[in-house]
Formats: sequence, structure tokens, C-alpha cells
Amino acid sequence: MSALGALIRRDIRIALRVGGGALIGVLFFLTVTVLMPFAVGPDLALLSRLGPAILWLGALLASLLTLDRLFTADHDDGSLDLIVMSRTPLELACAAKALAHWIAAGLPLIIATPVLGLLLNLDGTATLAVAATLLAGTPALTFTGMIGAALAVTLHRGGLLLAVLVLPLSIPVLIFGVAASQAAISGPLPFGTPFSILCALSLASLVIGPFAAAASLRHGLD
Amino acid sequence: MRLSGRNLKCVRGGREVFSGLDLSATSGEALAITGPNGAGKTSLLRVLAGLLVPAEGVVALEGGDAELSLPEQAHYLGHRDALKPALSVAENLSFWREFLGGETKDAGRCLAAVALDHAAHLPAAYLSAGQRRRLSIARLLSVRRPVWLLDEPTSALDAAGQALFVDLMRDHLAGGGLIVAATHLPLGIDARDLRMGGAA
Repeated sequence: MSALGALIRRDIRIALRVGGGALIGVLFFLTVTVLMPFAVGPDLALLSRLGPAILWLGALLASLLTLDRLFTADHDDGSLDLIVMSRTPLELACAAKALAHWIAAGLPLIIATPVLGLLLNLDGTATLAVAATLLAGTPALTFTGMIGAALAVTLHRGGLLLAVLVLPLSIPVLIFGVAASQAAISGPLPFGTPFSILCALSLASLVIGPFAAAASLRHGLD
Repeated sequence: MRLSGRNLKCVRGGREVFSGLDLSATSGEALAITGPNGAGKTSLLRVLAGLLVPAEGVVALEGGDAELSLPEQAHYLGHRDALKPALSVAENLSFWREFLGGETKDAGRCLAAVALDHAAHLPAAYLSAGQRRRLSIARLLSVRRPVWLLDEPTSALDAAGQALFVDLMRDHLAGGGLIVAATHLPLGIDARDLRMGGAA
């Protein structure tokens, strides 16, 4: 277990240092949400209706932005070879890396949500609902995105491929994330129904993601 | 302990790199793999490290820990030195020490052994090529693994660094370890020669 703890601590530390991925994601999220009111115009009712969708899109794109470095950085400097050779099962190492990525790049997005909600004319309940759905849904984005990151690792310029591979997998998460937020704001559906499906998506990806990523890393060794 | 490979064949990118290769090394013995560029020295080391699957043949380690596979009992020192530029020298080393696990030695002492203790708090981004190599060598010392797989271990090292590394390899062999090294330069220790490629 200390090996996994060391891996998580190292990845978080690198992400928080200068040039790491944590800040890039939040700044991108901020840019998308700040620009949106200027593009849509000063219609407050329209803004608050679009608000949850805008926040979700921003979070999805921000997490995609930093995801491609998840394995390529370790592959390029040879760390991945040592991780594959180590006594820690590769599946657990993948899960630890994804968890570290989510803590460093996903959690800041959720913390920023209440501030950005103000810009989109969302009231307290609505902001809380979006933050809750992001908290439940972003792990699914990270853990399914990890599969794409692992597939792209041996390809040069794999970032492009990553977006194509990961987008279809993140569509269900987006649908149920926004649906749950809308349900909490305007109904008529109860909040619990789409929210439970969102949680289920996250739990399933938590199990499938590490195994699929480890398998593709093993297969792609060269 | 005995490391052996029988009838190994490696194919990369549809091209046969080597085939019908036999090798063996026992505890306390060093095997130096020599040959021209492109003869497959690195590929052979990666096969031994479990990072490449041989097209034919088997690699086995007898007399090691029965619970662990060969890669789990080996250190691999490759071209790429597995260092994170954003982390300091001490952070890089202590991460690998914790992550690789098993029998470990004090990180400060290992840095001192490769004469890098004065730079412990420097970010690895500022190290020279020789210093990066020294830090990678400190990784070999900080966690005990009986098998060392070394790819051009002395490249970028200065004369003092090479002498230091020769002593470290001698200690490792004297402690019952086993070394397989791909090299162009003389290793500086008694080593059996495995010539690859020839006029390939």
C-alpha cells in the first residue's frame, strides 16, 4: 500500500508544481465559463437554463485537456517501464494514477463551480446540484479517459486520438450529469433517478478503467 | 541463483533482431553484452526485464524468490532515467525507494555513495547528464534487487564516476548479485562476454 501512496503523492506533487496540469485545467474551465455569458448575451433566464450544461461541458473539456499526459509523461521518461516491472500490480498502479489525477485536476473544478455558478445566474440550490453531480460524475470521466490515455501512450501525437476515443465514452456521463442538475433546478424528474445512474457510471468505470488501461499498457510495451 | 535464456528470438517491427540466442549467468557473475549498434543489445535487456515478449524461447531465474517473477527481482537501468524534472533529487530517489519497496537502504546514504548529497534539494531539471545517471545509479542502491540489467551504464559518467560505479558493481557481485550489462566500453570488472550481431 505504501507503494501506491507514494505514487499518488508523487503525481499530485508534480501536478501542483509549476507547469503541472492542475492549474491548466481550472484556468481552462474558468475561461470557458467566463466567455459563455458574453457569447450568449445578457438574457439571464436563458443563461440560468443553460448554466448546468455549460459547467458540465467546461469540466469535461478541462479534464480531457490534462488527461493525455497521464501516461505519456511516464512513458517518455522511462518511469512506466519501472512501474510495469515493479511488485505492485499494474491495475492498482493505474487506479492510483487516475485517483491522483482526479484529486489534482478534478477536485479543483468542483471547488471552482460555486464561483462560476454566479456568472451563469445560478442560485444556491442549482449551484449545489451541479457541484454534487460533478463530484459524482468526474471520477467516471477520469477513469474512462484513462483507457484512452493508455491506448494513446505508444502513439506519437496521441492526444488527438485520445479525444476521439474518450468522447463517446463520456457522452452518457454528460447526459446524466446535466439531466440530474436540471432535475434539481426545474424538475419534473426527481433528482435521485439520473443521479443514481451517474453514480453507477462512476462505480462501473472505477472497476473497468484500471483493468482496461493496464491491459492496453501491457500490450503496447515496446 | 542462475539467470538463463534459451533459444531466444526477438522480432520488432516485423524485423528479426536476433534468434537462437542462449545465455546464462550465475550469482556473483557479470555478463557483458557487446556488439555493433542495432545488434539487439537493448532488445535483449528488455526481454530479460519482461518489457518485451520474446517471439520464441524462455527466460528463467532459478534459485530466486519463488513468489516473485524475474522482473520483480531486477533493476533496469535504461537510456531513459525515469526522473521527474519538477521534483528534487531527494524526492525522485525517495519516490522510487518507496514505490519499488522490499529491502531498502537509507536514501541519504545512497546519494552520498554516488556523490550527489550536495545536490539533494536541487530540482532534477538542473542536473547534468552525468548527474542524472548518478541519480539513477542511486536508485539501484536504495532498493535491494539481486539482478541488475544495465544498458550502457557508464555513458555520460566522468572518470571518477566510472571508478565509483565499478566499485558499486563489485560490491553487488560480492553480495551474491548478478549483472547483465549492454556496453561498448569495457565494464572495468571481470565479465563474461556475450557477442551479438557480428556483421549484421
